[in-house]
Amino acid sequence: MLQSETDVSRTPNCRSQRSTSPFITVLTRRSAIGTKKKKKMEQAFVWPWKSHKWATFLAISMFAFLLRMLVSLHSYSGAAVPPKYGDYEAQRHWMEITVHTPVKQWYQNTTDNDLRYWGLDYPPLTAYQSFVHGIFLNAVEPAAVALHTSRGYENTSSKLLMRWTVLSSDILVFFPAVLVFVALYYRQHANQEQAWALAMILLQPALMLIDHGHFQYNCISLGLAVGAAAAVIMRQELMACILFSLSLNHKQMSTYYAPAFFAHLLGRCFQCRSPVVGVMRLGVMVLATFAVCWWPFLSSWQSVLQVLSRLAPLERGLYEDYVANFWCSTSLLVKWKQFFSIPMLARLAMGMTIGASLPSMVQQILAPSAEGFLFSMLNSSFAFYLFAFQVHEKSVLLPVLPATLLALNEPQVLQYIVPIAVMSMLPLLWRDGLIIPYFALLSLFFLLPAHPVYGPQGKPNKQKGGIFKSSALNLLPFCSISGAVVLHLIYLFLHPPARYPFLFEALITVYCFVHFLALAIYTNWRQWFQPVDRAEVSADKEE
Amino acid sequence: MRLSELQEVASLAGIATCVKLLLVPTYHSTDFEVHRNWLAITHSLPLKNWYSDESSEWTLDYPPFFAYFECFLSIFASMLDPQITHLQNGQGYASNTVILFQRISVMVADLFLYWGVCKISRHLSAARKKLLLLAVIFSPGLFIVDHIHFQYNGFLLGMLLLSLAALQDGHDLLGGFWFAALVCFKHLFAVAGPIYFVYLLRHYCRGPQKVLRFFKLAGTVVGVVVVAFGPFAYYNQIPQVIKRLFPFGRGLCHAYWAPNIWALYYIVDKAAAIVLRKIGVHVNVPQAALTGGLVGDFSPNALLPQITPKISALLVVGTMLPCLVQAWRHPRKTDVARWVVYAYACGFMFGWHVHEKASLHMVIPFSILAVQSLQDAGDFIFIATVATYSLFPLLFEAKEYPIKVLLLVLYILVMWVSFAHNMMERGELNSNEASVPISDSFVHQPCNLEKLDEGKNVEKQPKDEGMQLLSIFEKVYLAGLVLVEVYGQVLHPFFLRDHLPFLPLMLISGYCSIGMLYFWAGQLFKIAFMSGFHTEQLPHMKKA
Repeated sequence: MLQSETDVSRTPNCRSQRSTSPFITVLTRRSAIGTKKKKKMEQAFVWPWKSHKWATFLAISMFAFLLRMLVSLHSYSGAAVPPKYGDYEAQRHWMEITVHTPVKQWYQNTTDNDLRYWGLDYPPLTAYQSFVHGIFLNAVEPAAVALHTSRGYENTSSKLLMRWTVLSSDILVFFPAVLVFVALYYRQHANQEQAWALAMILLQPALMLIDHGHFQYNCISLGLAVGAAAAVIMRQELMACILFSLSLNHKQMSTYYAPAFFAHLLGRCFQCRSPVVGVMRLGVMVLATFAVCWWPFLSSWQSVLQVLSRLAPLERGLYEDYVANFWCSTSLLVKWKQFFSIPMLARLAMGMTIGASLPSMVQQILAPSAEGFLFSMLNSSFAFYLFAFQVHEKSVLLPVLPATLLALNEPQVLQYIVPIAVMSMLPLLWRDGLIIPYFALLSLFFLLPAHPVYGPQGKPNKQKGGIFKSSALNLLPFCSISGAVVLHLIYLFLHPPARYPFLFEALITVYCFVHFLALAIYTNWRQWFQPVDRAEVSADKEE
Repeated sequence: MRLSELQEVASLAGIATCVKLLLVPTYHSTDFEVHRNWLAITHSLPLKNWYSDESSEWTLDYPPFFAYFECFLSIFASMLDPQITHLQNGQGYASNTVILFQRISVMVADLFLYWGVCKISRHLSAARKKLLLLAVIFSPGLFIVDHIHFQYNGFLLGMLLLSLAALQDGHDLLGGFWFAALVCFKHLFAVAGPIYFVYLLRHYCRGPQKVLRFFKLAGTVVGVVVVAFGPFAYYNQIPQVIKRLFPFGRGLCHAYWAPNIWALYYIVDKAAAIVLRKIGVHVNVPQAALTGGLVGDFSPNALLPQITPKISALLVVGTMLPCLVQAWRHPRKTDVARWVVYAYACGFMFGWHVHEKASLHMVIPFSILAVQSLQDAGDFIFIATVATYSLFPLLFEAKEYPIKVLLLVLYILVMWVSFAHNMMERGELNSNEASVPISDSFVHQPCNLEKLDEGKNVEKQPKDEGMQLLSIFEKVYLAGLVLVEVYGQVLHPFFLRDHLPFLPLMLISGYCSIGMLYFWAGQLFKIAFMSGFHTEQLPHMKKA
């Protein structure tokens, strides 16, 4: 679609153009026409990737931000649905609680803080973030976060303010982290490829739909995780520890990446002269970060336990709604909840999760590398998503993120996982009234240019085409897409049989699960047997 | 058209449509209810009552083709939800269904725009074609007016592009047909009528069969008009239709002053009145002088002479004269686009009760010229910014504010970089002359040719080529837009609070009208003084 700038023959500039008088124009024009042949007839459109790298990045970021703003005009989780509303109300309620009650009571059931009504169940950093946003809302529109009286408060201006708390978090945390990541990790790639990778990460629909449609603040925890990944790539292990600890302290779901960080950093420590000292340094850093985040709750052992009990609600069950993981998909055949008790299931799920993430961990401990680390992030988050206890549909954001970070390494995986991940959230988004942005963003993702066919240093790289170009697997994407289209049509236009009211949701779940499982197997294999960045590893060693 | 080209257009149009879909829940103006009411009128009433119905204040005041178009849409609307097309129950109806239906009807109607831009870019080189597609499909003005504010300009402008494409290809009859149809859709487009008339008369009706050709042309136009107005003539409705189409008695300016000469005229008038009063001269300032422009109000002036519709019409035709003379003397198909743009610019600058949205009528066709010469590219960046910025007051709600700003800034950034690198860096005249007649149309491609010829004096590539697209004045002016916006959004509310609430809007229309005037004068200068040097008209050039 767009060509690289390198093949452009540079004709002289036209500085004097506007000042030249029309007379000279005509005089020179006539004589020139004869000599000028048609050699430049079919000139392709050129975007100045080289000279305007940052303008390009700016334009992509602006477009991504525009889309986020547009999505935020639409509905959100639990809009005008009393008595419990949805995630929007949860976040608003946390602002109300954090602004009006003392820190120590945030996680405790008090007269002002009824934990049964959207009690805070995220780690302290989310609470602090709610506090900051709450102060902002309190200053502009106090009624929106007034204690007790503001439950279910939704009006035009408060909605706009709430949306802007997410938009500003996104632009302050996620965007810079992604820009830094792309500039670092893909620094050896052509600018055009970097721009493509940036677009893939920022324009990925799943995150936009959940954060700015459904209403959550994943951009913060995921942004911190991306920052941590960038630090890992830069070999700034201490920084990585801090950022990843912050990410964990914003949302406990970041645990999905913990095996990757743990294994990679451990592997790096083993490469040092004194591994024990290295591990100690990192461990102290993690503990220190945690201590800072948890400071107000460290007064007694009991208050720590109280917070922890809020973070790990075992009573919620094996999975929530229709999530495309192992437990939910197989529960059609095997009634897990009848065979095992909940604690038993929790242990079983934990064992399977660890088992599934173990291969990728071992690989990183043995041979830590930048690309391997990102694959490890992908694989361990897949392991958690597919097998862990109490997984939510929205958790699919976690495997999607590393897949987008690996955009240039694995364009095929990216082009499978993003649509399937978005599709796995179809029932959720349908309930939220987000079907228009769902289709708009998904179509937009398909319409974006496929992977640029230029490898590093602008050389054509024929191996990396879009999924639709790889000849061997031509049939597979076709089947996959047609299956997805059929399922969409069924879900949107047919009524399920009365005996099985959730039949279509279950079908979508199983369909997505099969895809995820296949992708997870492939990415695990890829991490072990096809390390691409050997060159980079050796370069690192030379340093 | 080749498949790959179709793919290119389809993917750009697809991306634009995705953005438009996301815009569905944005603010929509009363024009939304106006069009909904027209659906109801055309669906529930017999044709003879369409233009006399008064059950809602939003009476039908577009020409018959648009009414037929609404009638066509109403078939689907009533299938979807009968309340949409109900004359009484439907009033003020704004459920999600009707919003989605009307919004999507605009997006689908935009297929005309894509068709038009395909046609007009057919003979351009790949780079220029892409530039034109980008410039038209992602025009922020269209997004703001059609997909947020709500109107159907996209497909009408598509018809204008189809008409211009036909003229540029030499299919004069087809061009005339499209233009006649366009005017029967929306009569505001009739401003370019004199240009079409003179050009077709001189370019088409010539040669040995000129009389026959004249009748063919007249037959085509009259045929279109008869199809449009015939049914109403049959029911003796023509006087009623005319009364609705030309509602005299509206003010010289619209409620928000469109940035044209009259905005400046008013501002000068008010300023003079205030100054005179300060120095002690008694001036009889009329009441409501500053809220003028409401329907039925003649916006009285304090000092300067009153403007009547006749003066305004005379000025429009008068300023168009140089262009008409050119069209009469040298009816070249390569210049038609510029004349049409100029005609709409005249209509915008001097017309009676002009809406700010009418600036789209010149910006969209001007993009055809912009991809053909560097100077026009610079002018395009300039006028697109000014025109789009002058649309900002249409969207006054907080939630659309960042959207309109980002739409404009992103568009200007992308177009600026694209123009600078696809027209400047690799030389101006690189599209081949033979198959691209329109690239022949204008001058200013001098220095490349000089250098291509001699291969000497090759200067180093300057650091930032893009900056040369605009002159110093234009850059300073555009920077001033930022100040105007900062004043209106930050300084004015902060310092003056509720005093002089009209001042920011007045500042915007006053400031933008200076830019519009500059653009209009530049076009006038080019048409009057530069196209005379066209190669055909200078026989001595051949010797050189």
